[in-house]
Amino acid sequence: MSTPLYSWGRFPRRPQRGHGCVWLDELPAQIDRVIGAHHSSLPYGNGRSYGDSCLAASDQVLHMRSLDRLIEADWSTGVIKAEAGITLAEVLAVAIPQGWFLPVTPGTQFATLGGAIANDVHGKNHHVRGTFGRHVLGFGLLRHGEPEVICSPEDHPALFAASIGGLGLTGVIHWAQIQLMPIRATQIDTTTVRFANLAEFFALSAELDARHEYSVAWVDCLAKGAETGRGVFIVGDHAQYGSLEVGQRKKLSVPLTPPVSLINKVSLSAFNSLYWRLHPSQRKQGRSAHEPFFYPLDRILHWNRIYGRRGFQQYQCVVPAANAEAAMGELLRTIADAGQGSFLAVLKRCGDIASPGLLSFPLEGTSLALDFAQSEALENVLFPRLDDIVRAAGGRLYPAKDAHMSGVDFRRAYPAWEQLEALRDPSLMSRFWSRVIL
Amino acid sequence: MKTAVKKVLIIGATSAIASACARLWATQGSDFFLVARNVEKLQQTAADLKARGATHVTLHEMDANDIEAHPLMMGRCLTALGQIDIALIAHGTLPDQKACERDVHMALKEFANNCTSVIALLTVLAMQFETQRCGSLAIISSVAADRGRPSNYLYGSAKAAVSTYCEGLQARLFKVGVHVTTIKPGFVDTPMTQGLSLPAALLAQPAQVAQRIVKGIANKVPTLYAPGFWALIMLVIRSIPQPVFKRLNL
Repeated sequence: MSTPLYSWGRFPRRPQRGHGCVWLDELPAQIDRVIGAHHSSLPYGNGRSYGDSCLAASDQVLHMRSLDRLIEADWSTGVIKAEAGITLAEVLAVAIPQGWFLPVTPGTQFATLGGAIANDVHGKNHHVRGTFGRHVLGFGLLRHGEPEVICSPEDHPALFAASIGGLGLTGVIHWAQIQLMPIRATQIDTTTVRFANLAEFFALSAELDARHEYSVAWVDCLAKGAETGRGVFIVGDHAQYGSLEVGQRKKLSVPLTPPVSLINKVSLSAFNSLYWRLHPSQRKQGRSAHEPFFYPLDRILHWNRIYGRRGFQQYQCVVPAANAEAAMGELLRTIADAGQGSFLAVLKRCGDIASPGLLSFPLEGTSLALDFAQSEALENVLFPRLDDIVRAAGGRLYPAKDAHMSGVDFRRAYPAWEQLEALRDPSLMSRFWSRVIL
Repeated sequence: MKTAVKKVLIIGATSAIASACARLWATQGSDFFLVARNVEKLQQTAADLKARGATHVTLHEMDANDIEAHPLMMGRCLTALGQIDIALIAHGTLPDQKACERDVHMALKEFANNCTSVIALLTVLAMQFETQRCGSLAIISSVAADRGRPSNYLYGSAKAAVSTYCEGLQARLFKVGVHVTTIKPGFVDTPMTQGLSLPAALLAQPAQVAQRIVKGIANKVPTLYAPGFWALIMLVIRSIPQPVFKRLNL
């Protein structure tokens, strides 16, 4: 394909040339060809990583998206085996009518199966089911110049662990087998309530998380003073009665990239205040289709374009439980003082379920994620301050979202990086890895 | 109401557009007889369709240019399916126009891939459809058939012959209750078009094109542009007078 590929944040702006492959049996030859010509490469799924973890150091990526076939599906057990380029939306489209759902889903269904493993993604039920990697039964790994390695918790356990959250560096994950979760209905029974400050968020989370499958909070990143950390808390569970509906909502699209970001302080603070006030102050039960519940932004195709030509960065950190409340307060005050941030700012408590992956992001504590339009001030002023707070609280940033963290911070926060580096396929290298390791 | 299981024959079943159509039919629980040159690719396609709900999938390795092999394929197909509800002819290649202008053997081989092999298959298929007196026959032609453009008139002329042949066949089989759909895809993001620099705004995904094709066949549309906006584009292109057209570098 001749159109250049980018990461989701369109920053750093490093156009990637995609080398496609349509048939699984032709992939080894394609890998040989690309690496022979360009010395190094990186598997690239559907470009939903935000920063530079999906960009090849050589800017020549193995475009895996066309490998989107199912290989086997056993609808009596909910075990499916599929090529790595299939998207989570495509998995849901076949699984839902059979009464199965993804046990863990990130906030977009346009990520690929391979990408979900390589970033060990998590979702609104991390406190109940851990990360995506926990539901992976096995996968095929192609390392340059070697025969296929089939990894599972029993076979090649070291490569299995290194590849889950391994950022595509241990080899090309070209198929995977996962265990789905049975559901009776796709509808989600929800309870929604707004909270006036961070203390209320932590109280709600402590009370409600254990009782519900899904839990997440939207936070007003511009609220200051006593209102710091006000937001809307949403918990949900799959309905016991309802129907199995494959989502096919009509998608809207941002047709072009405006020269400057459409998100600014005025538009954002007006929107945030209104949004907060529209939510109930008393707990309110409701019912939602699965798409608006899990994937609100997937409704708008190319939404990343609203941040303009310079793109945006997402800041996602997790802070251990002991320091979470204090650190989240500091982070939100710093962000509100800077007057920057995005409409979609997400607070979420992560549970203590360990991931099989070496470099998995979540840890027991609280995670905060929000987007910022790209600017120099971001990297020179705001991010260093936020990094200081996260570092002091013993937290860490999410490589799948990152385009800025320092090598020192990365190596301190992910001490297992050396094990991953030892198992890395020498022919695979991302811009992220070369930035934080070399 | 659950519709009866459809019996689907696809020639060129490993092509991107054909397998995208097959996925849609598979979710309706169809039986397939899939024909292509490469049996490994056929197996990967078959596994995908079975996981999506296809009831039975039978594979048949055949080069469409091997005309002597067509009757055997038809026999096997009828043994497997009993009858054919939908037949889709989807095989084809995109010739290197410049190379074909210098190499007559290459030119004729490409013409055979895209035209004579199709006519041969349609001859065998039409007899079967005349016997069974029901079903739909769909053939993938191209927007390139509508006008001879300097950049790919060999491909265009092969597809034009197919389109005209299908128009005649439509009239012949209509009388016995069999419907023929001529499908004219525009630029589709497939392995066949890989390496061409096509305008991104006009480039459609195979799944999108397949949806239109499957619906078009069900609705018995005689000529189907996919995506639909190509009907408008080709209306404009067909109406450009020849003295002007020959000066354009399309």
